[in-house]
Amino acid sequence: MFENIDLALVNWSRAQFALTAIYHWLFVPLTLGLSFIIAIMETIYVRNGKEEWKRMTRFWMTLFGINFAIGVATGIILEFEFGTNWSNYSWFVGDIFGAPLAIEGILAFFLESTFVAVMFFGWNKVSKRFHLASTWLVAVGANLSALWILVANGWMQNPTGMVFNPDTARNEMVSFWEVLFNEVAVSKFLHTISSGFLVGSMFVMGISAWYLLRKREYFLAKRSILVSALFGLLSSFLVAYTGDTSARTLAKVQPVKFAAFEALYEGKQKAGLVAAGILKDSGKKIGEKVVSDFAFRIEIPGFLSVMTGGDRDTFVPGIYDLVNGNGTQGLMSVAEKMERGKKARDLLIDFKESKKNNDTQKAESIAAMFRDKKFNDDYFRYFGYASLEKPEDVIPGVKVSFYTFHIMVMLGFYFILVFALALFFLYKGTLLKNKWFLWVALCSILLPYVAGELGWVLAEMGRQPWIIQDLMPVTTAVSQISAGSVITTFVLFAVLFTVLLIAEVSIMIRQIKLGPKH
Amino acid sequence: MISHIFLQHYWWMIIALLASLLVFLMFVQGGQSLIFSLPENNLQKTMIVNAMGRKWEFTFTTLVTFGGAFFASFPLFYSASFGGAYWVWIAILFSFIIQAISYEYRSKPANLLGQKTFDVFLFLNGSLGPFLIGVAVATFFTGSQFSLNEMNQVKWETPWHGLEALINGRNLALGLAILFLARTNGLLYLINTIDDPALVDRSVNKLIMNAIAFLVFFLFFVITLLVSEGFAYDKATGAVTMEKFKYLHNLLQMPLVLVIFLAGVAAVLYGIGITLFRGKRIGIWFSGSGTVLAVFAIMLVAGFNRTAFYPSAYDLNSSLTIDKASSSLFTLKTMMFISFIVPFVIVYMWYAWKAINNKKITAEEMKTDGHIY
Repeated sequence: MFENIDLALVNWSRAQFALTAIYHWLFVPLTLGLSFIIAIMETIYVRNGKEEWKRMTRFWMTLFGINFAIGVATGIILEFEFGTNWSNYSWFVGDIFGAPLAIEGILAFFLESTFVAVMFFGWNKVSKRFHLASTWLVAVGANLSALWILVANGWMQNPTGMVFNPDTARNEMVSFWEVLFNEVAVSKFLHTISSGFLVGSMFVMGISAWYLLRKREYFLAKRSILVSALFGLLSSFLVAYTGDTSARTLAKVQPVKFAAFEALYEGKQKAGLVAAGILKDSGKKIGEKVVSDFAFRIEIPGFLSVMTGGDRDTFVPGIYDLVNGNGTQGLMSVAEKMERGKKARDLLIDFKESKKNNDTQKAESIAAMFRDKKFNDDYFRYFGYASLEKPEDVIPGVKVSFYTFHIMVMLGFYFILVFALALFFLYKGTLLKNKWFLWVALCSILLPYVAGELGWVLAEMGRQPWIIQDLMPVTTAVSQISAGSVITTFVLFAVLFTVLLIAEVSIMIRQIKLGPKH
Repeated sequence: MISHIFLQHYWWMIIALLASLLVFLMFVQGGQSLIFSLPENNLQKTMIVNAMGRKWEFTFTTLVTFGGAFFASFPLFYSASFGGAYWVWIAILFSFIIQAISYEYRSKPANLLGQKTFDVFLFLNGSLGPFLIGVAVATFFTGSQFSLNEMNQVKWETPWHGLEALINGRNLALGLAILFLARTNGLLYLINTIDDPALVDRSVNKLIMNAIAFLVFFLFFVITLLVSEGFAYDKATGAVTMEKFKYLHNLLQMPLVLVIFLAGVAAVLYGIGITLFRGKRIGIWFSGSGTVLAVFAIMLVAGFNRTAFYPSAYDLNSSLTIDKASSSLFTLKTMMFISFIVPFVIVYMWYAWKAINNKKITAEEMKTDGHIY
C-alpha cells in the first residue's frame, strides 16, 4: 500500500481519467439542460395543441438524441475506470463510494433509458400525456443521475459519515444521510446541473439566432429564444448563487484549494477578492514549488473576508499559513499533519502485524483506537498525509486554479447579460433588428461549455494531491498495472473519443442546416 | 435483526438477478451480430437495426447498474477484477462505447465514418460483447491469477492482465455459449417483433444453427463444470480449498437452485422448440424467461454454499467470497432499502416496453419520417 509508487503510472492514470471526464462533460450538460427545454416546449404543445410547438419539440429532440448517445458512451467508461485504474481507491472507500453509483443506476439510469425510448419512438404509439410524462421523466432521470454521481464526487472532496476499519483496511459508511447531504455535494449538485441548464439554453438560443440570421424558421427560432432565454437567465442566477455557496463551503473544507484559486499566499483579515489579475513567478519558493505573484490585479477590498466569514475581520488563511501552520489562527502545519498521518499508518501496520502474530489483545486495542472519535479527529483524519513526500505537495497548481476560477466567474456574469439582453430585445420586439446580438448569441454557444470544463478542471486539479481529501493521495490509489498498458488505453480512448466527437459535431451541424423535417 | 450474512446472500441474489437480466437483454447484441448475415436487403437490415435499437438502452443500463451494484455490494471484486483483469474489461468497455453511438449515427447524414462503419461497430459489439462477458463470468468458476496483500490490494500475477482467460477452453465455451444464446434470443425477438414474413422465415432458418451451437457450447461448459473441482471455503477460518464436484454438490445441496436451473434450461429449449416446430412467434418470452432463470441459478452456484465466487488459482486464499468481498453491514442494509425500488422499476419498464411494442415493426414504418435508425 505504501511503497513502489510509479509516477508515470499515476500521471497516465490521471490523464486517462481526465480525458474521459473532459469528453464526458462535453455532452452531459447539454443533456441536462436540453431535456428540460424540450419538456417545457412539449408541455406548451400539449396545452395549446399547436403543431408548430410539436415540430419545435421534435427538432430539438433530434439534436438531443445525437448528443445523448455519445454522453452515454463516455459515461460508462467513467464508472468502470474507478475499478480499472483506481483499484486501491475502489477498495479503500468502495463501501461508501459504490452506493451512490449503484443508486444512480437503479434510480436514474433506468428511468432515463426506459422513457427515452418512449420519447423517441412513442409519438404515434402512446397518448399525448403519456408522451409528455415520458419527456419530463427523461429530464428528471438525467438530473437524478447527476445528483448521485455528484454526491459521490462531493464525498471525495469532503469525506464524511464513515469510520476506518483496520481489519478490512478500508473506510466504512456509518451515516448515509451525512454522505447524501454532505454540504459539498449539495452545492456541487445545484451548481453543476444549473450550469448544464445554461449550456442547453445557450445552445438553443445560439442555433435559433442562426436561423434568424439566415431568415429561416422565424416561429421556431423566436419561440425557442424566448424559452431558452428565460430558462437560461434563471439558470444563470442559480449558477451564480450556488457558485458563491460552493466557494464558501470550499473555504471551510478545502482551504488550500480556496487559497490557490485566489492566489492568496499570506493570510489576512480584510482580505480582498481578486476580480481579475495576471500572475507571474515571484522568484520565491515554498520548498520546491515556485510562488506566484500578481503582475496586475483588480481587487475588491475586504470582500474575500466578507465572502468567507460574513465580515471584514474574518481571517482568510493563505497558502503559507496552511503549509507552514499559523499558531495564532490555530492552523496546523502540513509537517505536523504528516507526522500524525504516519502515526495512524504505523498503527495500522502494527494492527496487521498483531493479527498475523495472533496477538488478539493488541489487535483489539488498536482496533478500538480506530473507533475512537478523538483518535480519528486528531490522527486518522490526516492518514493520507503519511504518503506525502514534502509539505509543499499539498499545494495544487496555483496558476491553473486561479485562471480557471476567474475565467469561469467572468463567463458567469457574461451569461446573465446575454440572456437578459435577449429577453429585453424580445420584449421590445427588436430582436431581428439587432443582428449584432444574434451574432453574439451564435458565437456564445461554446462559452458555457468552456465555463463548465474550467469548473471541473478547478474542482479536480485544485484538490490535488488528493483523490480523497486528506485521506488518500492519488499516488496510492492507482491500480497495479503497467504504465504502458495505461498509455495504450489512453491513446485508444483519445483517438476513439476524438473521432466520435468530430462525427457528433458533423452530424449536429448537418441536422441544424437541414432544420426541422416534420 | 438482519444479519450481515443474510445481506451478503441477499446482495449476491441481486447481483445474480442483474447478471441474468443482462444476459437476457443481450438479445440486442445477438441481433446486432446478425446484421450482415440475416437480412437479404437493406430494408430488412433497417428493420433489424430498428428492432434492436429500441432496446439497446435497456441492455446498456443493466450493464452499468450491474457494475454499480457490484461496486456497492462487493467492492473487493470491483477493485480486484477490474483493476487486475484490465484488458478484458477494457475490451468489453470499448465494444460498448462503439455500440452507444452507432444506432443514432448510422443513418444520419454527414456522420463522418459512413453507415458501413457504424454497422461494423454494431456487429463488433454484438459479437465481442456477449463473448467477452461470458469469458469474464467463466472465470468465476475457473479462477484467475491474482493475489491480495494484507491491505486487500490486488496484484495480478500475469502480465496479460485478464487476456490469459482467453486460452482456457472452459472460459471460451461459456463465452461462445453466451454469444450463441444472445443470437438465438435475438432471432426469437425479431420473429416476435417484426411484421415481415420474409424476414421472419430467414430468422427461423438461422435459428436452427444458432440454437445447436448454443447447446453444444452450453452443454460442454455445464458438464465440465459439474465434474470439475471447485473453490470451497471454510466459513470459520476463511480458508479456501479445492473440492471435487463442488458445483455439482452445490446444485444437489441447494435443490431449489437446481429446480430453477432446470426450469430455465427447459424454458429456453421450449421457446426454441415451439418456434421451430410449431411456427409460434412467442418463443422469446419462454427463451428469455428461461435465460433469466438459468443464469440466475448459475450465479447462485458460483457464490452460495461456501463457494468462492471469484477464485484465485494463483493463491487460493486470495479468492473472493461473498463474506470477504462484501461491503459493511451498514452499507448493505442501506442498499437493501434502495433495492426495494427495483420491483417498481421493473413495472414501469414493462409498461413502457409494452407501450412501444404494441405495434409490430413493419417495412412501411421504416419509410416514415419518424425516429428511424
